[in-house]
Amino acid sequence: MNAALLLLTDSRLPAGGHAHSGGTERAIASGAVHDVPSLARFLRGRLHVAGTLSAALTAAAALQAAHPAADPTRPPAAPRPGSATPAATPVLAARGVRPDAGGGAALEQPQPIGDAAAESKAVAGGGAAPEARHITGGAGWGGAAGSPWARLDEEVDARTASPAQRDASRTQGRLLLRVARRVWPSEVLDELARDVPNPHHPLALGVAAHAAGATPEEAAMAAAYHAISGPATAAVRLLGLDPVAVHALLADFAPDLAAVAAEACLAATSAFTDPAVPRWEALPAYSAPALDLLAEQHMQAEVRLFVS
Amino acid sequence: MGANHDDHHHAPDGRGRALRLGVGGPVGSGKTALVAALCRTLGTSLSLGVVTNDIYTTEDADFLRRAGVLDPERILAVETGCCPHTAIRDDIAANLDAVETLEHRFGPLDLVIVESGGDNLTATFSRGLADAQIFVLDVSGGDKVPRKGGPGVTTADLLVINKTDLASMVGADLSVMDRDAAKVRGDRPVLFTSIRQDPSAATVAAWVSEQVTAWSHAHASAVS
Amino acid sequence: MRARAAVATGLSSDGRTVVSRMASAPPLTLRQTGPCAVHLISTAAGPLGGDRLALDVDVAARTTLELGSVASTLVLPGEGESELLVTARVGAGATLRFAPEPTVLAAGCDHRLIVRLALEPDATVLWREEIVFGRYGEEPGRCHARFDATFGDGRPLLRQEFTVGDRALDTSPAVYGTARCVGTTFLTATAKEPLVADGVAVLPLAVSGTLVSALGGDAVELRSRLEWGERAVSVGGDDSVADGGRGREPGIQ
Repeated sequence: MNAALLLLTDSRLPAGGHAHSGGTERAIASGAVHDVPSLARFLRGRLHVAGTLSAALTAAAALQAAHPAADPTRPPAAPRPGSATPAATPVLAARGVRPDAGGGAALEQPQPIGDAAAESKAVAGGGAAPEARHITGGAGWGGAAGSPWARLDEEVDARTASPAQRDASRTQGRLLLRVARRVWPSEVLDELARDVPNPHHPLALGVAAHAAGATPEEAAMAAAYHAISGPATAAVRLLGLDPVAVHALLADFAPDLAAVAAEACLAATSAFTDPAVPRWEALPAYSAPALDLLAEQHMQAEVRLFVS
Repeated sequence: MGANHDDHHHAPDGRGRALRLGVGGPVGSGKTALVAALCRTLGTSLSLGVVTNDIYTTEDADFLRRAGVLDPERILAVETGCCPHTAIRDDIAANLDAVETLEHRFGPLDLVIVESGGDNLTATFSRGLADAQIFVLDVSGGDKVPRKGGPGVTTADLLVINKTDLASMVGADLSVMDRDAAKVRGDRPVLFTSIRQDPSAATVAAWVSEQVTAWSHAHASAVS
Repeated sequence: MRARAAVATGLSSDGRTVVSRMASAPPLTLRQTGPCAVHLISTAAGPLGGDRLALDVDVAARTTLELGSVASTLVLPGEGESELLVTARVGAGATLRFAPEPTVLAAGCDHRLIVRLALEPDATVLWREEIVFGRYGEEPGRCHARFDATFGDGRPLLRQEFTVGDRALDTSPAVYGTARCVGTTFLTATAKEPLVADGVAVLPLAVSGTLVSALGGDAVELRSRLEWGERAVSVGGDDSVADGGRGREPGIQ
């Protein structure tokens, strides 16, 4: 393991994470989380659903950071014949994570729209005027047209239906990116900041992990841990739980963390077999409806201690 | 919140940006009232922004907005996840982001005030967040508080002792407070005030104004 | 059993919608129930484990189609996994309302539900999906549902995936909690702001469009929550998807 991973996952990393509960504050307010066992159920779902998703997206960002195709000065790759219609690459091998889950996470390749799709994407990209939207709150469009980072960012957007969750992700991503640029100065972090000034958290984490020398799988592990460590701390603060009991709980999740990271990294790797034409559409898209509801309820709440 | 201001972080020397003033102190000492008074007094001559760090949601920000002392859009609230001191000292990211958002939206600003959530005597602002800081006590906490010290009382650039109008009612001896504060603070200034009696907080505003002037002379933009 | 059914619309010379193609393939049997309305009627049990079913929906430019079903779909166990793949293309200026009855996961089933929805410029869509975790008092089998809505150029609008069948996860307060059904309605109309009520949220998507996401104790509660959200979008929402949705960029343009 790369020692930089310790810094990236440390709750003292000054990137604003301490003020996010990831739905825990609202779950506590609703009574759904009220003691260590109910916190364990909450965190288990959070890790395997939201955590797998963000870990896969984080690994994707780390893979892209490691690959020169991420350089936007490079001319867009012309789609090769048939490149828009590769066979779906299942990631069944990693299903040990959730042996009981239905159907497995085999990634369905959405129906190809045709070669024209890849072509127009490569040259046209987003084309939005990003500044205006960023100022109004980061809810929205990634950034520079044609940038591989903007493209990955829009894949995160498409997988984050809740506006409150998108805001929380972009806020944490922006803060992490700025910390990472000072701690691990690197071209690829500058490139991300230029193309997507308000990146979703998985992009910032994946690229920061790469800049710090970590592998994509380590990046995925950091994302998986992030999915439960902040929420667990929030529960300690809000419920006055025994911090040792909560840490024991986190320790019990160690095998789950490893499995989630492995599954996520495999999914990202399968989608990145051709770095010139990443198939990010094939990444997982797990939804946790209760987390979406909690996130939106939190935004409407009169009294709030945590940002999310 | 969230402006496209990613490179501000790379000017840690402070050139070309506003003075960032932290206002900290225990719950109920009058931080928000002081911030409102400073906005009222300085808002006509300086371009201001305010960041609040409420313990509970946006109460202080709402108070300031209702007070009508500043364009409501120039007041941003930061949630601190039960840990107001963390947000101003250990993990200042969200506060810095808010400060820079204000600078980006309304800049150039002369002064950004960051008001901490009410916390204990040990809470101080990181030098990475605040260029100068005021610690606010009030007499009703008892005249022994300055003697007890703590980083806020001893190291703040200015110690404000508020609610002097209540001193006789709570049996606080202002001269004791003055003497004890001087003992732990050395040359650093202490100002006694009652914002209820002087809603302009004239003496504190004058001190802040001096800081802003000194800052802008020392940190004028190099070449722009 | 393998079956591939299809329904397509066309535009008549006087500008009206005609159902131009309707290919049933039992158990996916289609019946036209109105000028622009088609219903799925079950003509066999299932899907059963091992079935591979596909439904292709093609709504031609400037036409309208309403697709429903007369009864809920009961997914039953069998030899291996069952699959239903729905591929829909909604042409420029066309309108699709896809609102079948719920999918009920019987004990022991192992089902995969895949939806690929491609939207051409100015398309208007309401797409509802409801999944019920078993019949009354029954533990559900497994289900893996994946939904992808993309623009005609391949850019993503909404991607989501639900899995059911791992009790420890299904009952997590972060996932479905105490609910017995999960449902979503995707709309191309964009709600002005997020809304949340008991068990349902109206979520404006990043680019344009809205997801109504709901949990329910039973199918009736789930439906009423989804319909509440759908009404909120149509009343308060920006129906001008035809103009590119929120802010014109990068919506359906």
